[in-house]
Amino acid sequence: MSQKIEDFDANLAGEEGKTEETKSSWFKRIKKGINTKTSEKKETPEGLWAKCPQCNYICTMTELREHLFVCPKDGYHHRIGSEEYYDIIFDDGQYAELFGDIRSKDFLGFTDLKPYHKRLEDIWSKTDLKDSMRVAVGKVNGQDLVIACMDFEFIGGSLGSVMGEKFARAVTYCIEHRFPYMVISKSGGARMMESAFSLMQLAKTSGSLSLLSDAKLPYISLLTDPTFGGISASFGMLGDLNIAEPGALIGFAGPRVIKETIKKDLPAGFQRSEFLLEHGFLDFIVPRPELKEKLSTVLSLFKN
Amino acid sequence: MPSNANRQFLDFEKPIKDLIEEIEITKARQDKHHLDLGEQINILEQKILDKRTELTSQLSSWQRVQLSRHPDRPYTMKYIQKMTTQFVELFGDRNVKDDKAMVGGFANLDGETVMIIGQQKGINTKMRQLRNFGMANPEGYRKALRLMKLAEKFNKPIITLIDTPGAFPGLEAEERGQGEAIARNIYEMMRLTVPVICVIIGEGASGGALGIGVGDRVFMMENSWYTVISPENCSTILWRSWAQKEIAAEQLKLTGDKMLGFGLIDGIIPEPAGGAHWDYDESARILKEHLVPVIRQLREIPAQERITQRIEKFSKMGFWDEVPA
Repeated sequence: MSQKIEDFDANLAGEEGKTEETKSSWFKRIKKGINTKTSEKKETPEGLWAKCPQCNYICTMTELREHLFVCPKDGYHHRIGSEEYYDIIFDDGQYAELFGDIRSKDFLGFTDLKPYHKRLEDIWSKTDLKDSMRVAVGKVNGQDLVIACMDFEFIGGSLGSVMGEKFARAVTYCIEHRFPYMVISKSGGARMMESAFSLMQLAKTSGSLSLLSDAKLPYISLLTDPTFGGISASFGMLGDLNIAEPGALIGFAGPRVIKETIKKDLPAGFQRSEFLLEHGFLDFIVPRPELKEKLSTVLSLFKN
Repeated sequence: MPSNANRQFLDFEKPIKDLIEEIEITKARQDKHHLDLGEQINILEQKILDKRTELTSQLSSWQRVQLSRHPDRPYTMKYIQKMTTQFVELFGDRNVKDDKAMVGGFANLDGETVMIIGQQKGINTKMRQLRNFGMANPEGYRKALRLMKLAEKFNKPIITLIDTPGAFPGLEAEERGQGEAIARNIYEMMRLTVPVICVIIGEGASGGALGIGVGDRVFMMENSWYTVISPENCSTILWRSWAQKEIAAEQLKLTGDKMLGFGLIDGIIPEPAGGAHWDYDESARILKEHLVPVIRQLREIPAQERITQRIEKFSKMGFWDEVPA
């Protein structure tokens, strides 16, 4: 099943899904199924060793963690979750989570290969995450900041009603406390299992941003690998500052879909952060080790 | 409107096709043998009408999707032509180019100037290519926004007619910021000081539809659909095969009655029996009849209050549980 979830995530991210059947079988699997629990094979590489998917450099987890999950050799930014981002950005890793009680609900009774409610229950039983976005308030070099961060691990970081509602409440919270707002995006796009409700979250979140804008509070949108679909077609691209991590894949349509549509190979670096910066859609690219300091500078510039 | 001889039929419209052929044969016989078969023809015509009514009363979600894409279905320009007078089409986004998949301009609707904007599909193979099958590029969305801002400046209400299988997923579209263009439109439409009415007249697929779909009132025509992804693409991603599109259509609950039930739209606009493609005049008349009073109603509300209501309307959309940890 975890294979299926991974394939599904890969698909959301527009990557080619590789199924067991397509691999040549020199060795036969004796036992059926893969029994590794998702909790044991998170997005964040766990265990003692980590391998860079780009340069194959192998280092210890401790070393990778010290480098904020950036490959010490070629600077590849490993995908990390909200917990890691909060650790990196907030002073002493101290923060308070907000609106953690809101959970997804299978309102439509949506069933594809698996009922949506079953999909949700499976993930809840395997991770501590309640949904694909967590909201937290904390300090960055002493300055207040509310951060809403996505977890790709939870149905591909997909945008559903819960993300929309958390986003809206986070904005209300910011307006009440006069705090700036930051969103860290990492998502395949809208959550299809919530059908048109997920689409309407694009409008709902944009409406919230309109209120934040009237309150003259800064909104920073940090795009990380990968950010697609509904996110880039709404709040992802609406930041007072749109910034990104190096090498992140960011776009509206997934590369696979574009390739099928235009029937041509895509140029190297297409839809990477550097490509977006070049075409004028990002204010700057910031490597993870410099993220906190740069953010702190920006926040103080807005304030003073 | 196509004459009966030029009509195209979907598979489930076959009974109607048979009846039309029967009429043609009867008419030919009448002429050949100098008979008066008027009575018989009238009966057949009534049968066709009954069949049309019957068909649309029992459509599956997928069939509704098929009807929304009917090759004879009226598109945006047809509605503009039939509903308004003095239409002045305006082109270009003042930046890159004119997107032929998105049309718009000022027009006179029942004595009042309105800005009317929508995706446009082509009526034949050549035009379909020119119109890019109703799939706009970023410049299309920026053109739409430019026209909306123009309407706002001169305090004219805005009507958008939505009919798209999605925003175009192309290389240049990404280079020019398809995501940003749609995001900007959604954001700006939320803040427009003039009344905005959106109508899904055919296909309402995802961000490409919502990019001109944020309004004080959102309506769906009877045989249209509106959701986050086309049933085919949903099937490909979730079922890993194109073949489950009927099931996907059912699961997505993308028809007007469902959408109205969820509170995601404000009303359904009826179509002539059998679908809008049977009678363009009547389709346009019904749409106009619905639009005119709504514009007057919205005009009564002060601008700032209208914006607040618009934001609140979309804020209410969603479902979740609150489970204290």
